[in-house]
Amino acid sequence: MARNGVFSRRRRAERVEELEELLPLTESTNEVHVLAVDDSLVDRIVIERLLKITSCKVTTVDSGMRALKYLGLDEEETSVRIDGLKVDLIITDYCMPGMTGYDLLKKIKGSSFREIPVVIMSSENVLTRIDRCLEEGAEDFLLKPVKLSDVKRLKSYMFNEDRFREEQKGMNKRKLPETSSDDSSTPTLSPSPSLSSSPSPSPSPSPSLDLSSTSSPKALSSSLSIDSLAHSTDSSMPSSPTRRLKMSSQDL
Amino acid sequence: MLGLGMERLRADINRLLALLFHQGVLDEQYLQLQQLQDESSPNFVSEVVNIYFQESEKLLRNLRSLLMDREFSDYKKMGVHLNQFIGSSSSIGAKRVRNVCVAFRVASEQNNRLGCLRALELLEHEYCYLKNKLHELFQIEQQRLLAAAVRYPAQH
Repeated sequence: MARNGVFSRRRRAERVEELEELLPLTESTNEVHVLAVDDSLVDRIVIERLLKITSCKVTTVDSGMRALKYLGLDEEETSVRIDGLKVDLIITDYCMPGMTGYDLLKKIKGSSFREIPVVIMSSENVLTRIDRCLEEGAEDFLLKPVKLSDVKRLKSYMFNEDRFREEQKGMNKRKLPETSSDDSSTPTLSPSPSLSSSPSPSPSPSPSLDLSSTSSPKALSSSLSIDSLAHSTDSSMPSSPTRRLKMSSQDL
Repeated sequence: MLGLGMERLRADINRLLALLFHQGVLDEQYLQLQQLQDESSPNFVSEVVNIYFQESEKLLRNLRSLLMDREFSDYKKMGVHLNQFIGSSSSIGAKRVRNVCVAFRVASEQNNRLGCLRALELLEHEYCYLKNKLHELFQIEQQRLLAAAVRYPAQH
């Protein structure tokens, strides 16, 4: 099983390279290009500003359908993408009319763009919702209202380290129980009802476990011993604090 | 306006902000918006807030027309408007408006028409207060900017 995992990962890296060659020439830029999806105008303006201030290029759309269209994944099978700029990250609201953020996530993860990390934003701190999204392959989950520190953190762990290096590390990963078709580089996560709510330093509106990025992973580690786990399994630890949190709870 | 005028304006702004925070009208998310304002986007806060006002007034009109309809029964639609209102209010730090919307949503989920009507009135009141206060704040900030421009005219 682990061997298959290694195979598919290597394949995936190759496929990504092929794709990049096929894509129309993009401006060679070091800037991260983010596609932000939100039906609320106010939120689109805020998220755009948050991203721009952290030196990202931003494209905002108001629906999942428009996002798919932008990527060239819509029903009309547009073979030529409308915009030549490669998308490095997709950040989407969860609650949207028509296609929800979750639906969009599934569509993207089931497409040729599945390598693009997808981050979900939601105003509701619902553990089952977070679980569903992470299981479907979301990179991280941000609680609204989104703050500057959230975006900075996201950008820094996603794009400041060499992502390819992450992939290579993943090949030496210890064997973890995986579900059938999941070939993502992070181990599959199943819902962990054992996750108890722990006191977090940042003010939290709901009593449930606050996985918002304002509470640093360190704060929660005292109850979940993330640090000790991190030392023993550092090569396989995904960089997303939310995923790390869910992983360690599985090991408890 | 020179010297002391500037100081007074700055004090007025701080006092008004402190009051709004103390009253729970605004929360820390408003400060987040201020962090997003700089030389490249010097009017960011007032721009976002003005768009928030436009969107909110549309929502308030929709909510009122839904409830005024004698045959009204579409609580689900009302819930959709309220979710939007809650989301945008939360994004700009309009805490009290947001909280009233949340209570409004509860009444709506209970199909409680009278409760909804009461919540709508309270919402309109809170929204008016917020709008007046923020306009006041923006006015003083504008005055301060003008005073600064007069005090420090562009040197050649």
